[in-house]
Amino acid sequence: MKTSRRQFLQATGSLVVCFSLPGCAKQSASGAGTTALGNRILINWDGRVTVYPGKVELGQGIGTAIAQLVADGLSIDIGRISLADVDTDFSPNESYTYSSISIQQSGPAFARAAQIGRRHLLQRAASMLGADLLDVSSVDGQIVLRGKATNTSYWTLLREANTHDVVDVDDVAVDLQGDADVAVGNSIARLDIPDKVFALGSFIQDIRLPKMVHARIVCPPAERATIATYNVGTAESMSGVQKIIRDGNFVAVVAQREQQARLAANELSQSIEWHVAGDLPDAQHIHDWLSDTPSTVSNVVGGSAKPIGSGGEKHSATYTRPFHAHASIAPSMAIAFFRDGQLTIWSHAQGMYPLRTAIAHTLRMDVDKVRCIYKQSAGCYGHNGADDAACEAAAIALEFPNVPVRLQWERADEFAWEPYGSAMKIDVSADLDDDSMVTAWNYDVFSCAHTSRPRDAANAGNFIYAQHKANPLPIPAPRSIPQPAGGEDRNAVPLYEFAATNVVKHLASSMPIRVSSLRGLGAYANVFAIESFMDELAGARNVDPLGFRLAHLGDDRAKELLTKLADVSGWSTRPKGGTGIGWGLGFAQFKNLSSYVGVVFELTVAPSTGRIELRRAVAVCDAGKIVNPDGVVAQIEGGIIQSASWTIKECLQFSKNQITSRDWASYPILRFDEIPQIEVHLMQRSNHKSLGVGESAQGPTAAAIANAVSHACSQRIRNLPIKASAYDKIVS
Amino acid sequence: MKLAFTINGQEIEIDVDPDTPLLDVLRNDLELNGPKFGCGLAQCGACAVSIGGKSVRSCVTPVRAVAGRLVVTLEGLGTADAPHPLQQGFIDEQALQCGYCVNGVIITAAALLDRNPNPTEAEVKSELAGHLCRCGAQPRMIRAILRAASSAAGQK
Ligand code: FES
Ligand code: FES
Repeated sequence: MKTSRRQFLQATGSLVVCFSLPGCAKQSASGAGTTALGNRILINWDGRVTVYPGKVELGQGIGTAIAQLVADGLSIDIGRISLADVDTDFSPNESYTYSSISIQQSGPAFARAAQIGRRHLLQRAASMLGADLLDVSSVDGQIVLRGKATNTSYWTLLREANTHDVVDVDDVAVDLQGDADVAVGNSIARLDIPDKVFALGSFIQDIRLPKMVHARIVCPPAERATIATYNVGTAESMSGVQKIIRDGNFVAVVAQREQQARLAANELSQSIEWHVAGDLPDAQHIHDWLSDTPSTVSNVVGGSAKPIGSGGEKHSATYTRPFHAHASIAPSMAIAFFRDGQLTIWSHAQGMYPLRTAIAHTLRMDVDKVRCIYKQSAGCYGHNGADDAACEAAAIALEFPNVPVRLQWERADEFAWEPYGSAMKIDVSADLDDDSMVTAWNYDVFSCAHTSRPRDAANAGNFIYAQHKANPLPIPAPRSIPQPAGGEDRNAVPLYEFAATNVVKHLASSMPIRVSSLRGLGAYANVFAIESFMDELAGARNVDPLGFRLAHLGDDRAKELLTKLADVSGWSTRPKGGTGIGWGLGFAQFKNLSSYVGVVFELTVAPSTGRIELRRAVAVCDAGKIVNPDGVVAQIEGGIIQSASWTIKECLQFSKNQITSRDWASYPILRFDEIPQIEVHLMQRSNHKSLGVGESAQGPTAAAIANAVSHACSQRIRNLPIKASAYDKIVS
Repeated sequence: MKLAFTINGQEIEIDVDPDTPLLDVLRNDLELNGPKFGCGLAQCGACAVSIGGKSVRSCVTPVRAVAGRLVVTLEGLGTADAPHPLQQGFIDEQALQCGYCVNGVIITAAALLDRNPNPTEAEVKSELAGHLCRCGAQPRMIRAILRAASSAAGQK
């Protein structure tokens, strides 16, 4: 809670530049002498600049990138800038921070607003100095007149004016001369890092409110489980227990101290008997289930769902991925405080406004009686348990008013209840002509949905609480995200130019296992499948897989990227196949409209055990104009490691009755001693618009690993996670 | 029950159920932000603190076990004005994404550098094998630790 409303209104001598993003609701910028909703950049007389972004910091460095753009636009030092956390009381409504579009969407708007703010101040300086606007400029806020420093600055101008000026960008037509980028394009150190290494309270977990009590939920063993016998055992009389709450199949406990809440919740989960539905699909045959279960079939590319043929040499393959957990390192939590009819929620969910609407609907409150304040937790990589924890904390707070209630999910709660990235199955076939060109391509993707966010009143039934309470809300039907972004079909359309292409998606009509968006959505498995199959086709004709791709590409940026990747990875020096050392390639343009990433992986497969050791990854990324190169490199590195972990280690375990991955032992991820060397190269594209990078490496990494394993030991693994078997090595 | 121990150089006495996890006491009673709750199962390392110079998982350590001991958290290693070489190394290498795992990684690395001021990359990796980072910031953290080791060596 950096800026309280009061401080905000009391600022003396300030300039606020307001704007809204295309597609985001325009909010009133200036009420009677106030600067209410919709403010974006507050330039204050004391030399501080506060930015109110609608996007949240998820540990991806978005805050620093926005600060860089504002610093350049205002021509000030980045150290003057601080970022407010999203708060439905005063931040703009930009819905969710997702799909790596933050910089793409907000970046240009922030830069322009800052430039307009600077213009406004320079105009004021010019009239005060009796000079021509063209003769004044500024350096870090200090006004310069015909190249000479003056005693005037933004800050003295604002203090002397002693007014709260509001510039509404949408109403101002300013012809902006592009000022030189100073911070933009440089690897400015992230603003949030020092506080994190000195433990200065960066996280939502660090909020401690006076008189705060601790809550735990008593999770049912599985979805659709119902309470058979409600028996609280000794929980009620346990030390520190303040209240046990039951609403239908929702059970929670509030206690004075955290450990007391934990012990009471354990006692309750032992004493309550549940009826388990036992209706989960067979984990061993989950991909058969995906293609057999009733689904909505639609054509993504091509005229019909019928396969096409060209008479060439036919090849086909089936690829699968399992369910994956977001597995944030911090289990979800939230704080909720209900007093005098007003509910305040602190949450680390990705969208405060949608959260507010959905919680208000679930709890039957007026939206304007609910306030949601964002504070960051550990990385989430999509829709995890954060929204659910916020809704549950709110429900508990209504039952336990007047003191703040802190709800913490345990590790097992997070693993068993977060909405996972869906399992997928892909059938692909292609015809090759005599010149090793693809003449027909048929592609069918089978999946559960890749979104189930409680985004509004109609989707509030996606909350676990809404499903468990006595009067449950209906669970919304699975929803497909339309192209060009796509959900299950994200990146299902190959970027390659084939003579004929047919792509069909099959969205399962039911969701027996909770699913929602996980970094990259369907792109991870689609790129894995397309890029594995391209390698198989090249292998069938014994041609270089990189050259085979180039021969099918029309997009110049894609071709340049692959050429550079060949160069920096030393592709032409790769060893011959079957020796135990493998090199593999994977490439995609995320969503076919965002950043391009190509990855070459080098690894070894031990002949005696099939054990895979990741040695080195070389990536090239084209993200258009880059605001913060080191930030982009860091996101690509992180994406490669996370995807490598999904690809060789991760698989959500479940039985007929319940999810059985409940801790890090039953859901292992890549460890420090398994981390490869990573090298990321950036294409210089300063004349192109900025593209998000957060999810672009997921698919290419998976394919690069699969292709490297095949190259190392001639085992083509089409089912994720990749596990190789012992084999006989070709002695080179 | 009253318990006395030293936290970040300060002797304290608290009245608490001795079975309470040390992590709860540090976070909730002493309001320290360094150690984090990640699993409560000794599996992730987010909660690590230094007890008598060793990296220990505070989520599974009952507070009674630290009676009379020296406990150091991330706050106690250094400050913005006087950073520990590891903290400086993490800033210099921009060695984190979300930063939630960083507490444990630095605490364990500090114990390693105390024991072995000049570790190899392989030693750093194996020492940290019990620390999970979901964001994939490990390559930068490894660089930061090696940088801190060489800068500390340079100062001696
Ligand atoms: S919280 Fe202690 S090891 Fe995970
Ligand atoms: S930086 Fe996010 S978990 Fe390590």
